[in-house]
Amino acid sequence: MTITAPVPHSTQQSDLTVTNLTRIFTAPDGTETRALVDASFTAKPGEFLSIIGPSGCGKSTLFNAVAGLDQPTSGDISINGSPIVGQQGHVGYLLQKDLLLPWRSVLGNVTIGLEVSGVSKKRANEIALPMLQAYGLGEFVNHRPDQLSGGMRQRAALLRTILFNRDVILLDEPFGKLDAQTRATMQEWLLDLWDDFQKTVVFVTHDIDEAIYLSDRVIVMSPRPGRIIAELPVHLDRPRKPAVVTSARFIDLKTEILDLLATGQN
Amino acid sequence: MSTIELEKPNTATAQVGAAMVALSDLPRRAPRVRSRQLFPSEPKGWLVATLAAGIVIALFATWQLLADADVVDTFFWSKPSMVWDSAVIAFSNGTMLGDTLFTFTSTIAGFVLGVVGGAVMGLSFWWSRLYARTSEPLLIAVEAMPKLALAPMIVLALGIGIESKIAMATALVIIIQVLNTHTAVRAVDRDLQTLLYSLGASRWQVFTKVVVPSTIPSVVASFRVSIGLALTGAIVGEYIGSQEGLGKMIQFAASSFDISLIWVGVFTLGILSFVLYLAVLLLEKVLLRAIRG
Repeated sequence: MTITAPVPHSTQQSDLTVTNLTRIFTAPDGTETRALVDASFTAKPGEFLSIIGPSGCGKSTLFNAVAGLDQPTSGDISINGSPIVGQQGHVGYLLQKDLLLPWRSVLGNVTIGLEVSGVSKKRANEIALPMLQAYGLGEFVNHRPDQLSGGMRQRAALLRTILFNRDVILLDEPFGKLDAQTRATMQEWLLDLWDDFQKTVVFVTHDIDEAIYLSDRVIVMSPRPGRIIAELPVHLDRPRKPAVVTSARFIDLKTEILDLLATGQN
Repeated sequence: MSTIELEKPNTATAQVGAAMVALSDLPRRAPRVRSRQLFPSEPKGWLVATLAAGIVIALFATWQLLADADVVDTFFWSKPSMVWDSAVIAFSNGTMLGDTLFTFTSTIAGFVLGVVGGAVMGLSFWWSRLYARTSEPLLIAVEAMPKLALAPMIVLALGIGIESKIAMATALVIIIQVLNTHTAVRAVDRDLQTLLYSLGASRWQVFTKVVVPSTIPSVVASFRVSIGLALTGAIVGEYIGSQEGLGKMIQFAASSFDISLIWVGVFTLGILSFVLYLAVLLLEKVLLRAIRG
């Protein structure tokens, strides 16, 4: 018997389209919270798209809907034109916490996506080991998560997401809890990874500099009810040097986003 | 601008000023000089063992001396030398080893059945909240009931053979194991489960890859309590009615007023439970290493 993967494997890049997505939570007493209203956007194949917005702007609601963990009230989500609403396993999703299983080694953690898909342990390890070597976790293959620093844990979590082998990956504030220096290292590391794998990335962050520095495009959201208030292309050449944050274009874009966030608060 | 600020009466500053004056007037305790370290260091292993053994020897010696001096009535309390003589006879004439083995076997069987059954049942609560919520009050009611009261019925129903002893040991172990496992199941990190679901995992995969490994440490932690309960259940079963076992042997010794022999039974039980406890500690280590390795 051959094991069929839950999602047809594709080597080509994929786009993610979200159309008029709305999520209204209804409390037991009947009060409604509009977490996300009429959100529409498209992440182009291989694009690095950031979403920025204050707390409570519905970013996590959006991600949970795209990952199929939550049923939206209305709207459509599709990858390459096929609808994925309410279906899990179409996208790689890195939640806010690294969520490494504490009883598994780094190797056991990064291969869990393949394991769940029915790939044999041996085959999964053959694929994962060179990747762990190449992306700075070679000496930690057999370490437990609690033996790793915050940055290394986050690397393992990101590699787990990459090894899940989906064309679209969602990253929810992956560097939120790291110190400034580790965060800068991790940003470079993520860009390398993105360059190598050409994934379509949707990246949520609170940090405007991080959003601009990493992305091809930035989406700005307003606080509750969460809605998309702007989509701004980032016209900065790649590869970008860390000093790009002091360039006039960067500052202009940052100013624009700060203004949008300030007016969005009202 | 600053002059205007100064001329305005600022109540907050005045209050803080008064508080600061009050604070500076308070007496300060003289610094403490400490010659010892803040937290006592761990004692040496051999020292602990020697002291523990010393206490046991001292207790037996006191007992022996008081009995020899006729302060303690050996008719009711016996004395170590008499207990030792009884022990030599009991172990050399044959039934004692068989009795110990009988109690050991029923305890182990009851422990394994109770622990495995309890863990399986506790884990099953993960699958349905309705099932779990309905079972919970029933389980707590059964737990609150003194299960030793069931012993006469169990012995009548299952006979005076080893089955009734195993059943008693299991009955004592299983409920506590179910409740502990259920608590552990409810504490399984929801985000870890969500992560697995986001990878497209089935419920069975979430169960085997997250729920079971998460609960193993607390399941294993209740082994230590369970082994003692299993031994208690087995002994009570033997008290009610049995042909073999340490419980039966103690009963028999009591009915023939052989106090020394009672002590032999009690001390053998003590050694048996100590050995079982050590075995469980070893089992704990092996199991924890198995999920972590």
